Amino acid sequence: MTRLMLILSGIVLALGAGALVIGPANAPYWDSLSALFVDDGTPLTLVMREIRLPRAILALAIGASLGMAGAAMQGYLRNPLADPGLIGVSSSAALGAVLAIQTGLAAAFAFGLPLAALAGAVLGVLLVLALAGPRGASITLILAGIVVSALAGALTSLVLNLSPNPFAASEIVFWMMGSLADRSMDHVWLALPLIGLGLVLLATLARGLEALTLGEDAAQALGVNLTRLRLTLVVGTAAVVGASTAVAGTIGFVGLVVPHLLRPFVGARPGALLWASALGGAAMLLAADILVRVVLPTKDLKLGVVTALVGAPLFLHLIYKTRRQMA
Amino acid sequence: MTLLSVSGLTIHRRKRTILRDVSFSVGPGELIGLIGANGAGKTTLMRAVLGLLPAAGTSSLAALPQTARAQQAAWMPQAREVAWPVSVERLVALGRLPHLGTGQPIGTADRAAIESAIANMGLEPFRHRTATNLSGGELARVLIARTLAQDTPLVLADEPIAGLDPAHQIQTMRLFAGLAAAGRSAIVSIHDLGLAARHCTRLILLGEGRLVADGAPGDVLTPDNLTEHFNITAHFDRTAAGPIFQPLDVVRME
Amino acid sequence: MSRFDLLGCAVAGCLATVSPAVGQVAAGADGSVVTPRRVVSMNLCTDQLAMMLADEGQLHSVSYLSQQGRGSAMVEQARKYVPNRALAEEIYLMDPDLVIAGSFSARVTLDMLRRLDVPVVVFEPAGGLDDIPDRITRMGEVLHQQDKAARMVADFNAALAELAALAPPEGARPSAALYSANGWSSGSATLPGQIVTAAGFDLVADEFGMAWGGFLPLELLAMSNPDAVITGQPHPASSRAEEILDHPVVTHLKAGRMQGIVSEQDWTCGTPFVLDAIERLSTARLDATEAAQ
Repeated sequence: MTRLMLILSGIVLALGAGALVIGPANAPYWDSLSALFVDDGTPLTLVMREIRLPRAILALAIGASLGMAGAAMQGYLRNPLADPGLIGVSSSAALGAVLAIQTGLAAAFAFGLPLAALAGAVLGVLLVLALAGPRGASITLILAGIVVSALAGALTSLVLNLSPNPFAASEIVFWMMGSLADRSMDHVWLALPLIGLGLVLLATLARGLEALTLGEDAAQALGVNLTRLRLTLVVGTAAVVGASTAVAGTIGFVGLVVPHLLRPFVGARPGALLWASALGGAAMLLAADILVRVVLPTKDLKLGVVTALVGAPLFLHLIYKTRRQMA
Repeated sequence: MTLLSVSGLTIHRRKRTILRDVSFSVGPGELIGLIGANGAGKTTLMRAVLGLLPAAGTSSLAALPQTARAQQAAWMPQAREVAWPVSVERLVALGRLPHLGTGQPIGTADRAAIESAIANMGLEPFRHRTATNLSGGELARVLIARTLAQDTPLVLADEPIAGLDPAHQIQTMRLFAGLAAAGRSAIVSIHDLGLAARHCTRLILLGEGRLVADGAPGDVLTPDNLTEHFNITAHFDRTAAGPIFQPLDVVRME
Repeated sequence: MSRFDLLGCAVAGCLATVSPAVGQVAAGADGSVVTPRRVVSMNLCTDQLAMMLADEGQLHSVSYLSQQGRGSAMVEQARKYVPNRALAEEIYLMDPDLVIAGSFSARVTLDMLRRLDVPVVVFEPAGGLDDIPDRITRMGEVLHQQDKAARMVADFNAALAELAALAPPEGARPSAALYSANGWSSGSATLPGQIVTAAGFDLVADEFGMAWGGFLPLELLAMSNPDAVITGQPHPASSRAEEILDHPVVTHLKAGRMQGIVSEQDWTCGTPFVLDAIERLSTARLDATEAAQ
């Protein structure tokens, strides 16, 4: 258990360092790292502190958010197919964010953007939970996710098409696929408080999710307050997904792939899976973000493309495995 | 000392009255069989007693705060639900949750309760198996062990022996009787009246939306009660080998 | 001209696309003896040339974009004409004897108009300063205002030569980066790039081999550390594409360098207005150089 934590932390650290030293400005690794800590007045310090550092921090925080939110949703619904991206929570958050930007709310008030995304995410989670029922059967869960994603996606496109800004319509792809390109420390400060709050909330779910392994009745009889657990889950998920989506768009499949891969290593315990998925998610997004920079450095390849290329086959595999349950 | 007292419990669901004015109390050292035909309200009564269903009247358990309740009574639902492929050992260890503070690791006392539950249910060979891969009967035994590991004065179990082979049925009933002998108590809903008559110290019969009879097996399993509430006739005898109860025929089916 | 034309223009670095002029001239318009009397222009850039060259009453309608402050260099003049939104039905009902369109205009609209026997002339956008005299001359031809056009070309060439004389010699030229939405940077093979080089700057995009323009990662912009960063005016309502122009790196690069340089309406079209843009840039360069001395 602690060994897994050490290994995952080591991977995250290595990828974090990689994210800092890999980029279009091909400076030597050592110079890059020293420019990060010592302001020598060269443009490299600017590049390190204002471009690569925020990008690496966001990849880490957002990856952790999506991984943990996926593990939490799966633990609560007791269904390995639950992922904030797939079930429409991210799309709803994107709709909130787009509305905040286009109505000027984001500019009018410092935390307007992430809070609007959070509000969108809350609506998305509540809608999915209401449609899927307390025990998320695969079929209702996926159908609910399709409906919520499609609706939120369509409304997002509509808002962007109506925007007086000629670039807005071409940004649908950013909101649908996500990217960390050209994010700044401003975005970090915007997203981090809510992400931090959400991660703490989700981490408190561990005990309740463990008990839920035995079903709702047994969990309640084991002293788990289901009403509070549900509320914490909704607010925690909405906070991390909302803040993440507000600055990076919708990045799917992280919350699906990571818990699925790590579940065997924690003995399938939903509580232990929470922090493991947070670390795993951070590693996956850091790796994906390095990949988009290495493969197509000038094309701003969207992060969601990479995560979907990894995630979609796995999703198919999971559906194949659970089809008896879905029949 | 009373472990549980229930008085005037009335339960409505979807505008229909399921149970009306149920009162009973449980002292230490009792193994109570909750009997009744399908739909008589056995599960409903146990859930309401535990505070899992809203009900009028009072139940001393439902009145407790949730954590205190979990330390007072363990509950084994009928649905043998295990969501994740966890090991048998970990599943049994879940019973210790009410005794652990937030983030507190499993201690020596917890370890002992888990080990004894595993030993009592004969699960030693299964300890490291994945719970979701077990057969129905094996899983039932694991879930009973989980309930035992909770180490509460009172255990409520909804059809714990359904699906077990005869040996394990008898073993399980003996185990509950053993709990009772040690001063703890259990309420188990059960359809096998023969096993109920042999092992329970007391039976509670539900029928027609109320508590029909409450007392020693011989006093509850009267020919009238059997005809009225189970539609059967039966042979009931006290022998040197203990009470023997054998259903014989159906009286009438509506 | 539709929204998409404007978008195409903006995304492509403002009329930076260069391809051979199509010169699709409808029969009866170009070279015919009849002078067009009721002309409709449906592109922001052809609007400007047409307004400058047309006789009183000759031009009937211009695109609605020409009447809007953002993008249009001739808002006041444009308000005198009927605005159009480049829709075939609307334009047909205006009963024009000549329609002037840009090559970004919707093909289907133009085909529809041609099927309805409306003469259509298509102008390719100017790909550089050299194209401007050619576009003026051609507009003169289609409007039968050849003399006016010839005078305008002569004035333009003279003014351009005058500005060129102010430019510092090779090696003493400061560097400038044109930076627009999505990190697009135009080079010296584009109209905006040539405006900047004509004002005496070297372009950062050229350093990276992107004379036609290209996406310049923020990191490379920072590393090239230019003397001036020239960004456009933001559009109304924010967009992520333009958010990059407020990135701390861009702000940092702009601070303490040549100030107040933005690309605006004068940069959009290949018309004599680019002279104003070049002049303002030259002045900013001279001010900065003097201040430094």
